[in-house]
Amino acid sequence: MTSTLELKEDKMLKVQFVGDDDVLNHILDREGGPKIKKDRAQLLVNTQKIIKKPENELEEDDQEVLKDQNYVEVLGQDVQESLKNGSATDGGNKVYPFQNRKHPEKMAKLASELAKTPGKSVSLNKNDPEITIDIPQCSKGKILPQFEFLSTAPRGLRKRLIVPRSHSDSESEYSASNSEDDEGVAQEYEEDTNEDILSQKIQAQNRVVSAPVCRGTPSKKMKRKKTSHLVEEYFEAHSSSKVLTSDRTLQKLKRAKLDQQTLHNLLSKVSPSFSAELKQLNQQHEQLFHKWMLQLHLGFNIVLYGLGSKRNLLERFRTTMLQDCIHIVINGFFPGISVKSILNSVTEVLDHMGTFRSVLDQLEWITNKFKEDSSLELFLLIHNLDSQMLRGDKSQQIIGQLSSLRNIYLIASIDHLNAPLMWDHAKQSLYNWLWYETTTYSHYTEETSYENSLLVKQSGSLPLSSLIHVLRSLTPNARGIFRLLIKYQLDNQDNPSYTGLCFQDFYQQCREAFLVNSDLTLRAQLTEFRDHKLIRTKKGTDGVEYLLIPVDNGILTDFLEKEEEEL
Amino acid sequence: MATSSVSKGCFVFKPNFKKRKISVPIEDYFSKGKNASEDSKLRFETYQLIWQQMKSETERLQEELNKNLFDSLIEFLQTSHSGLWKNSEDWSSEIKLREIPTAALILGVNVTDHDLTLRSLTEVLQNNVTPYVVSLQAKDCPDMKHFLQKLVSQLMDCKVDVQSKEKESVQVIQKNVHYSMDSLSAWYMSVTQKTDPKMPRKKRTFSSQWHSPPVVLILKDMESFTTKVLQDFIIISSQHLHEFPLILIFGIATSPVVIHRLLPHAVSSLLCIELFQSLSCKEHLTTVLDKLLLTTQFPFKLSEKVLQILTNIFLYHDFSIQNFIKGLQLSLLEHFYSQPLSVLCCNLPEAKRRTHFLSANQCENIRRLPSFRRYVEKQSSQKQVALLTSDKSLKEETQSLLENLHVYHTNYFLVLRCLHQFTSFLPKYPLGRQIRELYCMCLEKNIWDSEEYASVLQLLRLLAKDELMAMLQNCFKVFQSSSAKELGNTAKKIEEFLAQFQSLDETKEEEDTSQSQSKGLQKTDLYHLQKSLLEMKELRSTSKRQTKFEVLREQVVSFVDSLVREYLLPPDTQPLHETLYFSSAHTLRQHLNAAPRIALHTALNNPYYYLKNEALRSEEGCIPNVAPDICIAYKLHLECSRLINLVDWSEAFATVVTAAEKMDANSVTSEERNEVIHARFIRAVSELELLGFIKPTKQKTDHVARLTWGGC
Repeated sequence: MTSTLELKEDKMLKVQFVGDDDVLNHILDREGGPKIKKDRAQLLVNTQKIIKKPENELEEDDQEVLKDQNYVEVLGQDVQESLKNGSATDGGNKVYPFQNRKHPEKMAKLASELAKTPGKSVSLNKNDPEITIDIPQCSKGKILPQFEFLSTAPRGLRKRLIVPRSHSDSESEYSASNSEDDEGVAQEYEEDTNEDILSQKIQAQNRVVSAPVCRGTPSKKMKRKKTSHLVEEYFEAHSSSKVLTSDRTLQKLKRAKLDQQTLHNLLSKVSPSFSAELKQLNQQHEQLFHKWMLQLHLGFNIVLYGLGSKRNLLERFRTTMLQDCIHIVINGFFPGISVKSILNSVTEVLDHMGTFRSVLDQLEWITNKFKEDSSLELFLLIHNLDSQMLRGDKSQQIIGQLSSLRNIYLIASIDHLNAPLMWDHAKQSLYNWLWYETTTYSHYTEETSYENSLLVKQSGSLPLSSLIHVLRSLTPNARGIFRLLIKYQLDNQDNPSYTGLCFQDFYQQCREAFLVNSDLTLRAQLTEFRDHKLIRTKKGTDGVEYLLIPVDNGILTDFLEKEEEEL
Repeated sequence: MATSSVSKGCFVFKPNFKKRKISVPIEDYFSKGKNASEDSKLRFETYQLIWQQMKSETERLQEELNKNLFDSLIEFLQTSHSGLWKNSEDWSSEIKLREIPTAALILGVNVTDHDLTLRSLTEVLQNNVTPYVVSLQAKDCPDMKHFLQKLVSQLMDCKVDVQSKEKESVQVIQKNVHYSMDSLSAWYMSVTQKTDPKMPRKKRTFSSQWHSPPVVLILKDMESFTTKVLQDFIIISSQHLHEFPLILIFGIATSPVVIHRLLPHAVSSLLCIELFQSLSCKEHLTTVLDKLLLTTQFPFKLSEKVLQILTNIFLYHDFSIQNFIKGLQLSLLEHFYSQPLSVLCCNLPEAKRRTHFLSANQCENIRRLPSFRRYVEKQSSQKQVALLTSDKSLKEETQSLLENLHVYHTNYFLVLRCLHQFTSFLPKYPLGRQIRELYCMCLEKNIWDSEEYASVLQLLRLLAKDELMAMLQNCFKVFQSSSAKELGNTAKKIEEFLAQFQSLDETKEEEDTSQSQSKGLQKTDLYHLQKSLLEMKELRSTSKRQTKFEVLREQVVSFVDSLVREYLLPPDTQPLHETLYFSSAHTLRQHLNAAPRIALHTALNNPYYYLKNEALRSEEGCIPNVAPDICIAYKLHLECSRLINLVDWSEAFATVVTAAEKMDANSVTSEERNEVIHARFIRAVSELELLGFIKPTKQKTDHVARLTWGGC
């Protein structure tokens, strides 16, 4: 294991004092004359640069392989002139390249790295007594997870080395990162003792250790290799369905459970940062309101994109510009939204009573109505046109047809990364979009507050409360029966082949607990549960009925705790 | 907020009726914008005027271009239909009776434009051939039942146009009738019979030609119909053809082969197919450009970058003329919206009139124009003072400059076309095959400085006489077609050249004969032969420059060169060009061809780009830990492969955030702080989910799946 050897070397070096000249000699030994000057210059470069280097190389190669830059050039490269629209030339390549296999602990590494690059001015000021006192404490806090990762590192490493086609440079990348992990720890001690020179030397040493491997292949050959390398990496990443991640779960963390309300309360304590800049951004956008109105009236429709919730912006647009017009606001992120409800509110505006046979009929009716009466004007504001409920082909077709009417003005926002894929050429020509970038950085509070976000899994407040409600309405005996089932299920939660509690066993247990006196009463109780979807029965292979509660185990534990509190 | 609720997603706002009546005129939005300034009302009016003109011009062009196609289509319909009803006894027509006349219309891949073409086709057919024109789309006809239903209901609607309104009640009842081909033909019989005696005014013309008008069915997007429906329909209707005269028109986007791919031989043999090819969209674009931009009819012009972007969107994205026109409209709007001096962007007499009424502010605006400043610097000091101080002299000067600009454009386009005549036939097309490419080059810089131009001149010097003469003739036509005074003598010059070439013919022939005679072959040995051959070669190489033709050719080339150098100056050399040229290409690109993914990535990856706070400034590829939460979470998730452990992620996040918070010494207890940080993490993660970077997964507990590839 070369890398463990390297690790040892590093540790030894930490103790030793190495003079400048020694380092130079060392380099001389391994690399020969002409390189000295270069490396010496690099000695002065900070850690970041050196660490970043292999990754930068990779990036360059990616750029070479995916020549989408040419295409950008073709479309005119004047993007940089504008403040908006991102740095088109180098930004794109990073999202698109093939997937590579990642080291499991890479994230933690980056985290510690980021934690180390503080708002420069303050951290570099070592004379500040408060901070020098702080560092050991905080580093302990930070190092604690780090050590855990380090302990998992060799395992990951071994797996990596078993893979037959591990390339020289990927190895070197790994060793570099490995030593740098140590160095992260080392550096913090160094900062403590203010011995900057020493840390620089160690960097130099690390550099030396990893350098020869990198330089082993001539650059020309390497480039060709990297192309095939990229392909191989792709297949490597997809070869096994196994993904190396740690097995820790949120349940072990105490504070994992948060419901919507507490989350909201907690977040209200956070003071927003960069408020001045955000305000400036918003003001920039608000200046466009008149232009939007103009363009809407001239037959274009407007779509807003960019990071951050555009709800407030559109709301301000609504209150400033649309007070005297008929308008409909549609919350696309609302889980119950549908095209039908949008069309219904349009017909509501037109004072139509009665129903339609189908959505298409309704659309036709609306179209005719708007074509007949040219004085009729309607503004549609759609937040999140790309939401789950509206992104379907049919919905988009219908909304597009609505928006193509001359006196319906549509202004919509999209957030999803792939939202533009919703529209083919035909739909795009229906919509007749003008794109506006409105990056606001405001939080998607409203958009994520509905239960369809990732949070549900963690909070689970809805099923829990409904569980409690249902069981409250039952007799104590019935509750007891259900509790028995829960307990049995929780006892078996680590058993992967657990299929449920067999009915006969369950009956036995209930009898022993004096909850039922006959087979029939238990069955009657179970029917009740089944009606409320609290249990599911399955016929096993042996023909016996098995009972199962189709609720997450975490919620069941919570439920039991609550019950016990009440008792 | 008035628009948030847990029970509904649509909110209707309807101001009371009185208020609603006062609608704001559109001009107000124009003038209230960011650059609210001079003459906004006038500017808006000018915009609308020019846009209307351009629009009607494009529509006229469209009609003109389609005319040929439509004419031949109509002819086809008429002949095929009359053939159907000839009722002759002979065997071949008996066979014919089984074949449905079909026109396969190849429209090209720009599907968005098809609607327009087909709509005008329907109109034309209804006016000229038959009132019964029905067009169906594939998405309306998933099966035979719907197909017939649509067909019948649309046919009935056609009938309403012709017949009186009292019939409508009958129609409502008919809606629920079971649809079949039998009922359809019965309906057709009844209609044609009924209308025959009490003919409405229009129909007389049709039925004087035929027994009864045919039914034309247009299938807008033939490729997307299900094969089963198509086959069934064709087989059935071929059986009914004698009582229900159907004619099909297929709209095809790809290639005619698709008919045979969709229909087996047994079915396609029931069709009598004729192909019609619509004009290719590239030619269409060329005509549109020619008529809208390469003319002095419309004062509005596009700069090189803008034109490039518009044509690139056309060529690389959609081939859609409509989109191109939309881009043109947007740039016109932007020009009038953002440039206060665009008020002068109208026809010459009007612009001259308007200069009189320019306000002092506008005069200042003129003085601030870079092109005008450059112009002033070249003037004598006396004149400089006059131009910079007195509004009156400025206005006078502006008028003359506007006139110069007009003359410049007239000459410019003439010479451009002339040059195009010369370059478009050269091998390898060094200056482009299309005139738009040449135009772009000329707009960009001095064309004669480019390498391509040099090679063009070289190629021109190698041309044979008849080629050169043909080109000159074309040029002559170009110059003659215009009435420009300046270039009048150029036309004359070309004529002279032509005459000289003509006269060259006779003299040259004589020369040739005399030369060949003098160099008659003599009997010599090898050595002498070689020697004489060498001599001849030398003689030829020296005498090459001396032949009359070459001299003349050289003259022509230098003449063209001088024309180009004199008249094809790029527009930014002209004073006041800013009033006519729209140049902010990036706004156009931003609004028409946006890149939402890149914007998102930049915002997440490099917040300093948007939030100009020094604390956020960082080197490429890493972000400071004080960045917004979502940026940090995003950055961390880039380091993961397909699955991300939420616990690890949250710990890493907490590490970064605590480090950032250490700076502003917090008095809150650590437990509470941790909770807050966790909440922030949850928020960042759910925001990333909304943005589509991750999604929850069941593969492993407390993991999320990453939805984007790679990373940095």
